[in-house]
Amino acid sequence: MNPSLTHANGRHRASHHTVVAIVEDKPGVLMRVASLFRRRGFNIESLTVGHSEADGLSRITMVVDGQSAPVEQVEKQLYKLIDVVKVSDLSNEDMVARELAMIKVRCNNVNRHELLDIANVFRADVVDIATNSIILQVVGDEDKIDGLVKMCEPYGIRELSRTGRIAMVRGTKTTTVHDPEPERIAKFHAQQGRRVEGELPFSSD
Amino acid sequence: MQRLTGAQMVLEGLQREGVDTIFGYPGGVVLPLYDTLPQYPGMRHILVRHEQGAAHMADGYARASGRMGVCLGTSGPGATNLVTGICTSWMDSTPVFALTGNVSRALLGKDGFQEADITGITQPITKHNYLVMRPEEIALTIREASHICQTGRPGPVLVDIPKDVFQETADFDWPEQINLRGYKPTVEGHSGMIRRAAELIDQAKRPIIISGHGIIWGDAHDELVALAEKAHIPVITTFLGIGGFPEAHDLSYGWLGMHGMFYANMAADQADLVIGIGMRFDDRAMGRFKDFNPGVKIVHIDIDPAEIGKNFPTAVPIVGNAKNVLPRLTEVVKEARHDDWIAWIDQVREEHPSLHIRESRRMLPQYVVRTLYEETEGNANIVTGVGQHQMWAGQHYFYKRPRQLITSGGLGTMGFELPAAIGAQVAVPEAETWAICGDGGFQMTLQEMAVLVDENLPVKIAIFNNGYLGMVRQWQQLFYDRNLVSVAMTQPDFCKLADAYGIRALRVETKAEVAPAIREARAHKGPILIDFQIDQEENVWPMVPAGAALSETIEAPAEELAR
Repeated sequence: MNPSLTHANGRHRASHHTVVAIVEDKPGVLMRVASLFRRRGFNIESLTVGHSEADGLSRITMVVDGQSAPVEQVEKQLYKLIDVVKVSDLSNEDMVARELAMIKVRCNNVNRHELLDIANVFRADVVDIATNSIILQVVGDEDKIDGLVKMCEPYGIRELSRTGRIAMVRGTKTTTVHDPEPERIAKFHAQQGRRVEGELPFSSD
Repeated sequence: MQRLTGAQMVLEGLQREGVDTIFGYPGGVVLPLYDTLPQYPGMRHILVRHEQGAAHMADGYARASGRMGVCLGTSGPGATNLVTGICTSWMDSTPVFALTGNVSRALLGKDGFQEADITGITQPITKHNYLVMRPEEIALTIREASHICQTGRPGPVLVDIPKDVFQETADFDWPEQINLRGYKPTVEGHSGMIRRAAELIDQAKRPIIISGHGIIWGDAHDELVALAEKAHIPVITTFLGIGGFPEAHDLSYGWLGMHGMFYANMAADQADLVIGIGMRFDDRAMGRFKDFNPGVKIVHIDIDPAEIGKNFPTAVPIVGNAKNVLPRLTEVVKEARHDDWIAWIDQVREEHPSLHIRESRRMLPQYVVRTLYEETEGNANIVTGVGQHQMWAGQHYFYKRPRQLITSGGLGTMGFELPAAIGAQVAVPEAETWAICGDGGFQMTLQEMAVLVDENLPVKIAIFNNGYLGMVRQWQQLFYDRNLVSVAMTQPDFCKLADAYGIRALRVETKAEVAPAIREARAHKGPILIDFQIDQEENVWPMVPAGAALSETIEAPAEELAR
């Protein structure tokens, strides 16, 4: 059985919202978003950041506890940040939501095969193997990863790392931004706030 | 293209943005900027005595004139001293541009001497902020920051520039056009929503307008009067909205909230439709949210979409600038009369006048404010601190025009009064400007008296001296069983202090001296301080106790009135 099939759209908890923010790729933008959540008392279940399809724009995917604040307020407050270009709540959309996890599990010659069988059921990959441990890599929604983690627990989990959810709407609809930056602005923003390259002459004020 | 140093670019950019005054304080890392100042004779620099004063002055300048105020501090402590002022401006949505220096780039992040992460510190209390790492970025940054500061819902911005960026030379490339993908304020208002709002207004039997600071910043007072008159809707304002609607108007019913007029609170509580315009349904204005006028419908017009639905469910939201939205709304609402409703509010006002000042031989603070109102014929600009004197100044002076009352509402910053009055006087030199001060708050920023002397600014300082932190004492009396702790203050001789700064001073100890002292202050050409030794025990009424609903507004108890 593949647990992810039962929750193909990732909507496994009604109060949890998946919010995607397209933001300017500038220093400090993640701090601005995180600080907003802290000071407004919005609870974040997970937060994932990476490049988007457009130069100069990053994509932040957040899973927000809708009970801590109406998700509409979360969206509006995010929009107030100058560096946030677009916000979409995917929760009511038909979406694909995935997470990646790496699990380092204790094992030995006796029980390694059992673990590999479990990994197989979850379609997890073995990405590292040693005499006393094994790293499994698994992709799926939170329930699937929770399931694999639970199955590994009796063997002893030495280390666990999860990426948090990323999500995308099914079909042709997108959450992208169709407002390319003018070249000079793009150039400016690319440089904005970046450390200058090379050594600077040391000077004390 | 011009080759300029970073420092030149900053001043050139600010000048192109229409800035002609900077309130600042020098220090190590901003020396390149100060070195450049004489090259820009159109740029007036006002030397403050503490950076907090600079931020409040820029704020007062902005509030009095509607133009962006600029303050400047050096790195580290200079920058952190600005923080209270920036936050004051943030909470009240005023356009303040804060400029700070920082340590050279090579030292950033290495805990260099006088380094503070001011962009990190001010991130939650600015509309946006920038750390500029190349001189090439200065022009666009100044342009963007100034644009963000003054458009949409105004708010403070901060630009932090390392010392060596001020010193480096680069091409000055001034962008005429800017395009911020993530910042496009909605100003027009949705026509469908405007129609729906008009329907609700047409159906309402007991409508009320609550107008806020947004009327003043949206320059929409005439538009507000037109709407109120056509649909015959009584208008109450928030505390910061005072002056947005003429208080002498037949439809004006004062302001609401914790120390608002009894009848304004009752009208808000009994209305069947509240039309909130440029205001944010703050807790001090609305009382306990859960019990505010159950069953009321709310039309909320505001430029900031995040304010809509934040504290109360809204029947009809209109995101836009009051200046744009109100004429369109006025056009579609039907002419109406609400005589029964207004007669009801009038009757409440008759029974609970709130602004009546009782006969007393004591020098009541209310009497001082009212006398000031009469002597100045209601024309002065009033700048207040925070506390009892602030509430009395709001209650007993009657305001005619926007920008006439300048006060820290959202953050409630004691010590705001003197520097903000200085900023206001600089912005509008011809205005008669009174700083109404508490004896507590005055001592937080009194060093700025030196600026009055330096610049020969005719600000009139009126200290409401009761020897107490009066508002705190009032709370201790009412809610902490009269257990007065740390509220009585031994005061310096304020007249001698003024004298030490070279400012003329008067002490007023009796009621009979009030009017003559005000007349003398008005006749005096320069700055002057009056120490009004007001009645020590007087409290502010009416009052909505903290955590109570507007319907639970209480009035002055009989034993206090009998004093």
